[in-house]
Amino acid sequence: MKATCWIAPNKVAVKKVPDPQILNPRDAIVRITSTAICGSDLHLLQGYIPAMKKGDVLGHEFMGEIVELGPGVRNGLSVGDRVVVAFPIACGNCASCQAGLYSICENSNPNAGIAETFLGHSPAGIFGYSHLLGGYAGGQSQYARVPYADVGTIKIEDDLPDEKALFLSDVLPTGYMAAEMCDIKRGDTIAIWGAGSVGQFAAASARLLGAERVIVIDRFPYRLRIAQENTGAEIINYEQTDVLDALREMTGGRGPDACIDAVGLEGHHASAALHAYDKAKQATKTETDRPHALREAVLSCHNGGTISVIGAYSGFIDKFPMGSFMNRSLTMRAGQAHVQRYMRPLLERIRKGEIDPSFIITHTMPLAEAPHAYDIFKNKQDDCLKVVLTP
Amino acid sequence: MGVRSVTDSLGIERASEDCGPQGLARFLGWVSLGLGVATLARREQVSRMSGVDDSPTARRVLAVTGVRELGHAAALLIPRRAGWGAWTRVAGDVLDLAAAGQAMMGRGGERRRRLTYTTWALAGITAVDLYSAVRVTRRRPGRNANRVHGSVTINRSAADAYRFWHDFENLPRFMSHLQSVQTTGDRRSRWTAKAPAGRSVTWHAEIVDDRPGELITWRSTGGARVPNSGSVRFVPSTGGRGTEVRVEIGYRVPGGMFGARVAKLFGEDPQQQVSDDLRRFKQMIETGEITRSDGSPDGISIQQQLKQRPAQPLATRRSGR
Repeated sequence: MKATCWIAPNKVAVKKVPDPQILNPRDAIVRITSTAICGSDLHLLQGYIPAMKKGDVLGHEFMGEIVELGPGVRNGLSVGDRVVVAFPIACGNCASCQAGLYSICENSNPNAGIAETFLGHSPAGIFGYSHLLGGYAGGQSQYARVPYADVGTIKIEDDLPDEKALFLSDVLPTGYMAAEMCDIKRGDTIAIWGAGSVGQFAAASARLLGAERVIVIDRFPYRLRIAQENTGAEIINYEQTDVLDALREMTGGRGPDACIDAVGLEGHHASAALHAYDKAKQATKTETDRPHALREAVLSCHNGGTISVIGAYSGFIDKFPMGSFMNRSLTMRAGQAHVQRYMRPLLERIRKGEIDPSFIITHTMPLAEAPHAYDIFKNKQDDCLKVVLTP
Repeated sequence: MGVRSVTDSLGIERASEDCGPQGLARFLGWVSLGLGVATLARREQVSRMSGVDDSPTARRVLAVTGVRELGHAAALLIPRRAGWGAWTRVAGDVLDLAAAGQAMMGRGGERRRRLTYTTWALAGITAVDLYSAVRVTRRRPGRNANRVHGSVTINRSAADAYRFWHDFENLPRFMSHLQSVQTTGDRRSRWTAKAPAGRSVTWHAEIVDDRPGELITWRSTGGARVPNSGSVRFVPSTGGRGTEVRVEIGYRVPGGMFGARVAKLFGEDPQQQVSDDLRRFKQMIETGEITRSDGSPDGISIQQQLKQRPAQPLATRRSGR
């Protein structure tokens, strides 16, 4: 089959690799019909996540048709079913899965030992997301092996088109969980750093969950425009406006009730000097992640408010404003999305027309053009927000 | 002598330090302190007693010796455990003996007699120091390498975990170095394990203690090449957090400590093996299968984690166990 492989930092290629096979009783093989490139794939592309190997198949947002099933798959799945696959791999049996915390499944990372040396304890395995998180082949390919298929898939029984269902795999539940972690109350103002796919869905979800005002912060006018038009958000372009001043101004001096960091480890800052500082720290390995958005989120948040961290971080950050965080009684919540627990309720919302996730798609192209897709997505060319690849 | 054991709050026996050699080493540390202070404060008397009061060189050597004794005292008394510090005293003794021999050569009469006494006294002290140094530094690494333990929390009852483990024929499903275990009698079984260079090794084992839902202990019987014993305890975790499974294994590698080191070079690290096996036990009993990925197609093992294949499907056909 053809698959998008990581070759070296900033280099991917579509290669011929062996077809996947059933390795365990609860596995399924899925023939992929739609697959997307995630913002977090760019962290892998650029080499910010450790433990990548030449030839790793990328991709963790995919859906398709079941073509083969292991003998142990329960839940009434059968060959021919159309399914969306959740990006965290989760067994459904361990204490974490049973508490609904699927992205910290205790059994799905066969390289838990590596993860423990970096992270203390291991989170779940993730498709196509480094050997630190399992060494699983991803889904930017024609076929994929899905372990624990009875837990990690949701069947799409009607004729809901791929572009409306696909994002149940990651970015829609991820954005939704970011908003949910804000514990939104009537009248709340929510500020969101990052107008990528997750930021867009966080804004839409904050509205669904009853936020009065949503403010989205980014530097690309086209992304801010998409947020404004599709989620009713107010916008701040941080290259033109000082974010802390603007948020204070917009909220009568209080600051947003909750702040979502949907940027993560590759943040930018309008001040060239500040940006250079973190670039230099990253280059000299004295920090792994550039936490510009997180610092601003903490500093601007309302006293007693919540910081919801959904943007991906990999290791260590510098100059975290701990004094502000502690003295002002802030709360921080974080996590990779526990996708399995959101897929069904969000599918219901899509069916009812409460949200149409397809608004984020700016490009659709064949799998063979994956390297070009990575290029325009990374360099924000051609107003690229989300690329869907069709194998 | 050697290993004593204590029982921790969970009822698990653990090896503890034997205090005897430590006490002796510490006593010798105090002796060094006394000797050092005495030599420096009463250099004249000490030099007369040992028969070297006739030369300024000897008195300078004595001063240096006094300072050195203070060094031994520091090495033995300051660390929480006296370890290699005990050997500094042995080294000092060798220097003293050499100095005494040197001094004896040019002297006769009363001085020579006193020097002879000094030398005999030094020889006695050397013997005690040597004994102490060997005792405090022996066994420590060797004992750790021969006793490994690990624990894991599983989302199952103690009774379930006990039942799965008690059927010893299940063990090879999660203990990667075992090829097979056959039950040969009520409490007896026959174990076959992989050995280096593609060989295998077989031994018989018997259950020593068996408390349903709580504990199983076993040991190898008659001429096993690697005599071993083990225990597994199933302890209900607090507040319904499943069961803590705690394993302790003791074994004697042929070749002792050296053999254990060599085995480690070939990637046989029993401590790592126990923790990998416990992870696989958790996967097996919770999910019914061993987690496999393209990078780690054989499931959790430290060797595989270090030598990952790329995360792309296997070229050869294989089926799940």
